[in-house]
Order: sequence, then structure tokens, then C-alpha cells
Amino acid sequence: MKKMKKFLSLALAAAMTAGVFAGCGEEKTTGSDNSAQSSSSDSGSSEGTLKIGCMGPLTGDNAAYGEAVNNGAQLAVEEINAEGGINGMQVEFKCEDDEADAEKAVNAYNSLKDWGMQMVMGAVTSGACTAVSAETANDHMFQITPSGTSMDCVAPYDNVFRLCFSDPAQGTKSAEYIASKGLATKIAVIYDSSDTYSSGIYQSFAAEAKNQGLEIVAAEAFTADNKTDFSVQLQKAKDSGAELVFLPIYYQQASAILQQADKMGFAPQWFGCDGMDGILGVDGFDTSLAEGLMLLTPFATDASDEKTQNFNKAYEEEFGIEPIQFAADAYDAIYAIKLAAEDAGLTADMDPSEMCDKMMESMLNINLDGLTGVDGITWDASGEPNKAPKGVKIENGAYVSMD
Amino acid sequence: MSFISYFINGVSLGSVYAIIALGYTMVYGIAKMLNFAHGDVIMIGAYVVLTCVSTAGLHPALAVLIGIVACTVFGIVIERVAYRPLRNAASPLAVLITAIGVSYLLQNIALLIFGSNTKSFPEIIKLPSLSLAGGKLTITGTTILTIVACLVIMAGLMAFINKTKAGQAMLAVSEDKGAAQLMGINVNGTIALTFAIGSALAALAGVLLCSTYPSLTPYTGSMPGIKAFVAAVFGGIGSIPGALIGGILLGVIEILGKAYISSQLADAIVFAVLIVVLLVKPTGILGKNIQEKV
Repeated sequence: MKKMKKFLSLALAAAMTAGVFAGCGEEKTTGSDNSAQSSSSDSGSSEGTLKIGCMGPLTGDNAAYGEAVNNGAQLAVEEINAEGGINGMQVEFKCEDDEADAEKAVNAYNSLKDWGMQMVMGAVTSGACTAVSAETANDHMFQITPSGTSMDCVAPYDNVFRLCFSDPAQGTKSAEYIASKGLATKIAVIYDSSDTYSSGIYQSFAAEAKNQGLEIVAAEAFTADNKTDFSVQLQKAKDSGAELVFLPIYYQQASAILQQADKMGFAPQWFGCDGMDGILGVDGFDTSLAEGLMLLTPFATDASDEKTQNFNKAYEEEFGIEPIQFAADAYDAIYAIKLAAEDAGLTADMDPSEMCDKMMESMLNINLDGLTGVDGITWDASGEPNKAPKGVKIENGAYVSMD
Repeated sequence: MSFISYFINGVSLGSVYAIIALGYTMVYGIAKMLNFAHGDVIMIGAYVVLTCVSTAGLHPALAVLIGIVACTVFGIVIERVAYRPLRNAASPLAVLITAIGVSYLLQNIALLIFGSNTKSFPEIIKLPSLSLAGGKLTITGTTILTIVACLVIMAGLMAFINKTKAGQAMLAVSEDKGAAQLMGINVNGTIALTFAIGSALAALAGVLLCSTYPSLTPYTGSMPGIKAFVAAVFGGIGSIPGALIGGILLGVIEILGKAYISSQLADAIVFAVLIVVLLVKPTGILGKNIQEKV
């Protein structure tokens, strides 16, 4: 199936290249490198195309996020193209690998610009996104990040919008959620101090926990170079008598933490954020260890609404796995672009800078009925989304909504 | 009580560093080169064992054996293909750079074959945990096995070097390659043997490392590799007991530093101690100061 897709996308890329040669040939050709994941619909449209570029970790440590974003976005693009595109423009989407690295993300951004990218749906991870945001602000190109949660991705720039919650919002909402549900009063935190995502959530969590009357009995950090041995952090959390351990970290380390905690007989309530999404997909991970783990995420695969169910079904048919939140984020981000582009009346002959101006205005007008915000998602001029989070619990090896 | 627990964890982590450091120190002692790809051989070993257990469903003991054989072959091939042709290169930097290249090559091959996703290492060491002081202190079976394995390997290696002909040949080559050759020692063969032993130990280290910290990625070997290199320098590079002492000290300092000073600064503390040791004793704890004769 996957091979088939690769072949198809290669064939399409080749066809596109040929098309360029047949035309006046002014545009730079992209070549047909096999990392190209372009999807364009079969009907060549006379209204032109809208090229959306994405940079995300398709390989490396955080590949699960990049792949999910790529898949989710492609699904949305295919749907949109099948229904006639945006204002008659067919959408072309291409995701370049950045390995979650800031420098590689900028390289990917530049090569996508050579490809003819008109707006950015990315980058996937915070560090990479911060670097790309600076570039798009410079070039005045519209950008929406599906999953870059750091404040630095969005706050300093007018042209950058965000679909997911920011780090501070996640930390604050987690503390509120824990307090309002009365899950615990003594809380330990294990976070990655070398990562902006993790330390950002931790700081806002700590601030809000104080307001909510929660006591942080242990706050232990680890760093990117020292992320295999958690015996000390767990021992300290255990000794502190914490009832709940808050893990604002990515799922790879979380899976190691759960395994090591199990070996030392430590079983508190675990609580994570959106980075925890994906823990059930770790190869060989004994998912029974994650039983009862809670996470705050805007997307739950078991949500009963028709939109989520349809998305799950289409995603599983196409890619053979259950979608994670990042896939839903990307899917929503593409639809946000569609709504705003329709509101702005974008046409193919506009240059990226002109598109950016119009998109920035229209983003404030739209109300997206998406997968990651049940009661609609709206944006304000800061670029931050307004939507409600969902609490999710792992039961019998699946995510189940708690609300 | 938690101090004892930290200490034991430190010794266990240090034992893994020590086993890896042996590979560095032996290769340095004999071939006078830093094999930076050593850490990645650990990762390859762990992947081979993982594949044997999870995919092929082999018995863990058999899987570990296959892992050791695979790494041994790997070590010999790397030495033959990448290092031997450069042994007499004008600059010693050439082989160092090649080693870094091999390290990235191995990581990227693993990335291609096994993918980038974190894989959870199966529990192949099934030993009961030891519960002391009424359950306040739990020592896992893996921890005990790691420490015991380290001591056994160290003793075995010392016996091999001091008691066997091949071991004596290694010593001779490490002291003077040219003279050893004149005495009829097969220098190339001896160096290949050193790589074989170092890589076999790397496979064992990989299994122990991944059993204690059960997540495996193509980059799993690189950081422990660097730490083990530090441990080897710490103990005195070229010295086998030095690797043991350096490794265990490093592990203990790392864990205790994390526990009592700051969990963020664990690595900074480790490297600060290294700098102090090298300032006081430039050849490391057990290193011999051999003067170059001109």
C-alpha cells in the first residue's frame, strides 16, 4: 500500500515536472526525489494551484508527529481537491523532512520556496517552528502551525497562527483540570529542561498550580543528553509522596519512565499533555503499563461525533493506523486555511505576500468546526486559537474520553 | 535508604559504562586510535537481539549469542574495511574522522532498516527483584546482573590478557607495534582480535543497557558511547582496570549528582569532575605516563 503510494506520488511528481517543461519553463523544477509527498488531484484545473508546504520530522526521534501531520494534511487536501479545491484552485501539499531540527527546518523551508510554496502549514515541532516563523515573517508568508506549541513560534509574529494550544495554555489548563476534577493535591513533575515545549508547560503549570491550591512536592528535570535513566527522578517523586506525576514530555521518554517506575514498584496517577499522544504506538511497549494514564488533548479518537468517526475511518483506510492528535491538528489546519482563503477570496495569481495580508485578516473572521475543537475554533490577532480541551484516559489499551 | 538505592543504581549504570569503556580502552591501547563508532555497535547489537527475540521469537539466550556473533563480525569488518587501510596514513586524524564517519553510517543504516520510531526493548532478563529493609529498598534483578556481569567480564579479560598467548601478543603490540612484528607477532590479526573482543563486549553492553533503560532508537548508543569514552579517559585510557574504575565512578557521580545537586546538571557535574581529574592527573586515575623515546 505504502509502496504503491510512493510510486503514485513519484509518478505525479514526474508528471508535474513534465508539465513545467511543457509550459514556459520559467518555474524551477523540483525533480522527483522520493521524499516528495505531493498530492494533487487528477483533474488539472484551469484556476491554478495553491501550494502549501510543510516541514516536519519524517525521520528521527519525533517521526511519529511528522508522519501524522503529513498524513492528516494529505487527507484534508485530497478531500478538498475532490470537492473542487479552494476557490477553484487545486491544492498541492508537500512535506519536507526536518528531523525536528531548527537548521534543517529552515533548509526545508528554502527548498519548498524553490518548489513554489505559497503558504506554510508547519513546522511540526516547536524548536523547528520558531526558526521557520522568523523566516516566514521576513518573507511575509502566511503560516499556521498545527502543533508548534512554544510561545516563540507565534507570539512575536503577525503572520503566524497556531492551531494547537500553546505551552502556557497546556500547563495552565492541565493544572485547572487536575484541580477541578480533584485528581490529586500532591503532585510531582518530571520534565525535560532542555526542551522549550516541556519546560514551557512546566512553568505555566507551576504558576497555575499555586493558584489552584495544588502542591508541587517534587519538580525533577532531565535533559536531552540524559534521557534514558530516570531512576533518580522517580525515586525522588516516590519519596515525596506524590499522588500524581505530571509528565509534560514526549511519549518516547514517557514510555521509558513508565517502564522504570513499574520496575521500582511506583504506581501513581500519571498525567500528560499532547506530547503523550502516541505512547500506545511505541513498538514493543507493554501498553498495560499506560493503563489509567490521563492526558489533556484537544482530540480523542473515540469521540462519538460524526466528524471524528469519519476522519478515523478515512485515516485508517488510507494509512492503516489509528490517527493521533497531530494528524487531527494538521487536518484542521488545512481546513482553517481553506476557510480563511475562501473568506479572503484568494486567487492563484496573487503573490505569497499579498495572500499573507488577506489571510491575516480573514483568520480572525472564521469559525472552524474542526476535529480538535468541538464547539468551534476561532482565532484572535495574537494568532492563538480559542477552543476547549478534552481529558482523555487510557483504558484497555485505547484512548477514552473522560468528560 | 534512598542514598543506598541511588548508589546501587549508580554502580549499575557505571558497570554498563565500564563494559563499553573496555572496548574504547583496548582499541586505544593497541591500535592507538579512538573508535568513535563503538557506541553505535552497541546499538546494532541491541537491535539484533531485539529482532531475534521479537520478530524471530528466539530464546533470549540464543538471541544474545547471535547478537554477540553479529557484533563481533561487524567489528572485524569495520576494522578491515575502514580502519586498516588508514593505519599508516600520514595523519592520525584520518582514522579519527573515518571513525566518526562510520558512527554516522551505522546510525543511518539503523535508521533505514529499523526506522526512527522508539522501540521498547523486550524484557529478556527475567530475574526477581531483591527487596531489602522491609520493601523500602528494591534492587532489580537487572541491576544485580549488570554489576555481576561487569565484574566477571573484567576478571575474564584480565585473565585472557595475562595468561594466554594471544593476550600477551596484545600487550606486546600495545607497547611497540614494530618490535612485536619483528618478533613474529601477527599485528593485523592481533588488532582484528581486539576489535572482535571489544565489539562482542559492546553487544553485551547493549543488552544490559537496554534491559535497564528499555527504549531503543538508532541514537541509543551515541551518548553512552561518549560517556564510556570519558570513563576510559577518566580511569586512564589503555588501562583495563582503569576502565572499570572510571566507568563505575562516572556512573555513581552521575546518579548522585543528579540526586543531590541538580537533575538538570548531571552531565555538567560529570564533565566538571573529569576536568578536575585530568588537571590533577593528566593520564587519568590508573594511566601510565610513558615517555616517548625520540
